Amino acid sequence: MRNIWTICRKELGTYFASPIAYLLLTMFGVVFGFFFWNALGYFVNMGMEMQMRGETMPMNLNEQIIRPLLSNVSVIGLFFIPMITMRLFAEEKRSGTIELLATSPVRDIEVILGKWFAALILYACLLLFTALNFGFLFLYGKPDWKPLAVAYLGLLLQGGLLLAIGTFISTLTKNQIIAGAATFGVCILLWVLEWVSGYESAAWATVLAYLSVITHFDSFARGVIDSKDLIFYLTGIFLGLFITARSMESLRWRS
Amino acid sequence: MIEVKQLTKRYARTTAVDQISFSVEKGQIVGFLGPNGAGKTTTMRVLTCFLPPSAGTAKVAGFDVLEQPREVKRRIGYLPESPPLYPEMGTVEYLRFVGKLKGLSGAELDKRIDYVLGRCFISDVKTKLLGKLSKGYRQRVGLAQAIIHNPDVLILDEPTAGLDPKQINETRDLIRSLAGDHTIILSTHILPEVEQTCEQVIIINKGRLAATDSVRNLQARTRGVESLLVEIAGGDGSLEQDLVRSTLEQIPGVAQVVSKDAKDSRLIFEVQTQKGQLNRGDLARAVVGAGWDLNELRAASMSLEEIFLELTGNETPAEVKEPASEITA
Ligand SMILES: Nc1ncnc2c1ncn2[C@@H]1O[C@H](COP(=O)(O)OP(=O)(O)OP(=O)(O)O)[C@@H](O)[C@H]1O
Ligand SMILES: [Mg+2]
Repeated sequence: MRNIWTICRKELGTYFASPIAYLLLTMFGVVFGFFFWNALGYFVNMGMEMQMRGETMPMNLNEQIIRPLLSNVSVIGLFFIPMITMRLFAEEKRSGTIELLATSPVRDIEVILGKWFAALILYACLLLFTALNFGFLFLYGKPDWKPLAVAYLGLLLQGGLLLAIGTFISTLTKNQIIAGAATFGVCILLWVLEWVSGYESAAWATVLAYLSVITHFDSFARGVIDSKDLIFYLTGIFLGLFITARSMESLRWRS
Repeated sequence: MIEVKQLTKRYARTTAVDQISFSVEKGQIVGFLGPNGAGKTTTMRVLTCFLPPSAGTAKVAGFDVLEQPREVKRRIGYLPESPPLYPEMGTVEYLRFVGKLKGLSGAELDKRIDYVLGRCFISDVKTKLLGKLSKGYRQRVGLAQAIIHNPDVLILDEPTAGLDPKQINETRDLIRSLAGDHTIILSTHILPEVEQTCEQVIIINKGRLAATDSVRNLQARTRGVESLLVEIAGGDGSLEQDLVRSTLEQIPGVAQVVSKDAKDSRLIFEVQTQKGQLNRGDLARAVVGAGWDLNELRAASMSLEEIFLELTGNETPAEVKEPASEITA
């Protein structure tokens, strides 16, 4: 446990000592800010139009702004995950510091968990940026906070799964760029898999759609914790970290 | 303290280490000597549990590297070929991190950090970023992280590579002073380093053990031919080199006389004899009898370089070191 924290602290230090963390935060903030104010502008416009026409339709912040925006966050997140995970192991292998970690009295799994937690914390910082924007809604309206909290849990779980996959891919190479590109490919693939269910309803299509990480976020976005989806994410995280551990072990036997 | 039996390590195509056996007693300093690609780094990586052996066993402090790697790792300090530094960390921050990894904490950790800062002469770069240190300082920080947890066994892969001559001496002194409490294995290309620093030497070549012995024995063993260095002065400077040589050659037991050096009025010769054949008194009397001054007469020990060449089949000794070889994991 102590070792996990030691590794995690060191990784966070690296993220925040170099421009990586700030660059990601800025980029994420700008991109999401754009989505947010766009959606808000549209919402306000629509409200005024309806008032002019004398119609009254229940305006719901949760349904009309928060939910679609959160789905956007889950997709934008896909693009940032590779940039967070690509260096985790690739860099240690390239610079030789892996030799320090591997010859210290710590377990592989402690190293992996420490790195994964650090990545998750950085990802959570990105999410915090989006939460700041939603804060405005609380100033001017009365959205329900509970579905929002559930949605953030969903985002964290989805992020955790993709970060675990990214961590695994980072153990396979000593080249950060390769690790990043491969993780990006996998993330995109896990996103678009869902599309097959649009035109195909055979069993294989259902399986593919099931594997799509994004579909499992829908229930969370609605503010519902569906145990099926929860289990999907948790199993995914476990499997991702498990193959990372196997990969680290096999590195020694293969080299 | 360290016991290696029939150790073999194969990579995909190469056999880097081939059935090596040796053992190291507690408190000894052992030099690991061999040309490039001999398998030194590979052997060290097996001892530090970084790589598993393909066959054979390696034990450190009684613990097998395969069966109880954590116990082994706890007792080992390791300086890899290229110091494992994080460029974005400061010196003290890094030592703190490594200390925690090795299981230190609190006041004890602070104490050890202070100690290694002084011991490895890195107090003046305490707060500098590791990425901005010069090669020599990187090496010293690498050494500092290896001894931070006061390990029983130190494994140092070319600890003096890249240091300036003053630093090399200081580092050798440091390593020597660490012996006793610590058992040390160091690899090197610099032969005098082994002669100066180590008590025992293990020579490997192409993955095979070429020799293992104490430095003194090894020097003696390969000295089937004994040589004496003789310095003769003629006083007025009119000494004839050829005359002296032929005089020396007539002394019973002398096999060959090689003229080594001549400066001012002094001549230096190397007199080679079969072991135990020559009476040094005869030599001294012959010189003095001819009216010359005998300035010096001493046994010339064969340098490790020559021993090395002899044992490894007259290949070029590995003195020219290629740049830090690639790290593979
Ligand atoms: N990861 C690896 N994969 C395949 N072969 C390797 C690997 N590491 C080392 N080798 C090979 O194993 C042999 C021994 O290498 P090793 O690094 O142990 O030599 P060394 O004695 O440390 O040499 P040097 O003096 O250059 O440091 C070499 O032939 C090398 O090419
Ligand atoms: Mg080497």
